[in-house]
Amino acid sequence: MDSRDEAEGVRTLELSVPGWPGHCAGQHADLRLTAEDGYQAVRSYSLAGPPRNGTVELTVERLDDGEVSPYLVDEFRPGDQLELRGPVGGYFVWDPSDPGPLMLIGGGSGVAPLAAILRERAALGSSAPARLLYSAGSEERLIYREELDELVQPSYTLTREQPPGWTGYSRRVDRELLAETVWPASENPIVFVCGPTAFVETVAELLIDLGHAAQRVRTERFGPTGK
Amino acid sequence: MRLDGNAAAGALQEVFPLDATLAFATCAACGARDQLGGAQAYMDAPGVVLRCAHCESVLLRLARNENRIWLELSGCASLEVRTP
Repeated sequence: MDSRDEAEGVRTLELSVPGWPGHCAGQHADLRLTAEDGYQAVRSYSLAGPPRNGTVELTVERLDDGEVSPYLVDEFRPGDQLELRGPVGGYFVWDPSDPGPLMLIGGGSGVAPLAAILRERAALGSSAPARLLYSAGSEERLIYREELDELVQPSYTLTREQPPGWTGYSRRVDRELLAETVWPASENPIVFVCGPTAFVETVAELLIDLGHAAQRVRTERFGPTGK
Repeated sequence: MRLDGNAAAGALQEVFPLDATLAFATCAACGARDQLGGAQAYMDAPGVVLRCAHCESVLLRLARNENRIWLELSGCASLEVRTP
């Protein structure tokens, strides 16, 4: 197990998983923890790392009232054991042969599976046009920033706090912001939206309102579960 | 907390040999046809509840304990699974 800090409260765990069959960008893994008294908690995390390289990378954001994420972000150490089930889920997966341009919209650590898709696209040498819109509270909360700047020139919006000289957007995603940054519906993009439930639902509704077909808008909400 | 059907992929994998989140379900209540991955998912109901993204009727309920899995599908008029 190796790990790196991505931002305050966000950590990527690099796990070696014997027999891991490889995965597609956008899939997730179910992780099960068992406490000494037998209590079990299962959570889903997006597979952040590149597919098919033998290891599994999970980017975990600490939810202060979470049962599992504080342990994974603050306490998990090399040698500790986890149970993983996966890869699972083929719905939030980009098909490189999709004819439309690729549109990725992430809120907070919801950028994790979107980064996996961009890495996959780069690894395949795909010429599919791609855009990323990434919303976070502040510059310090942006994860994978250097890499994303290389993979695609993202549109950033910082909703709470902006550094001096900030040239990106400075507000929550709204209709006008989507109209400016998302491929128009007439180009039939395949859109992947991942983030907290409220963010995803707002964005998905606005996209439908802007004329995007529901079948072309794939969503992955995340949030605290098990409560 | 409402999530997507996609979040139930692991739980459904214990019952279905193919990825059920890619299956097209027809809602018994409103007739909408959509992939289960796009349904609304409640993962902590307890058990898993998937609801139609159009009319919010229950499509599927899945519960398990140590030695049994219980699946209720009366909200699905049909389930179409594509073979690989």
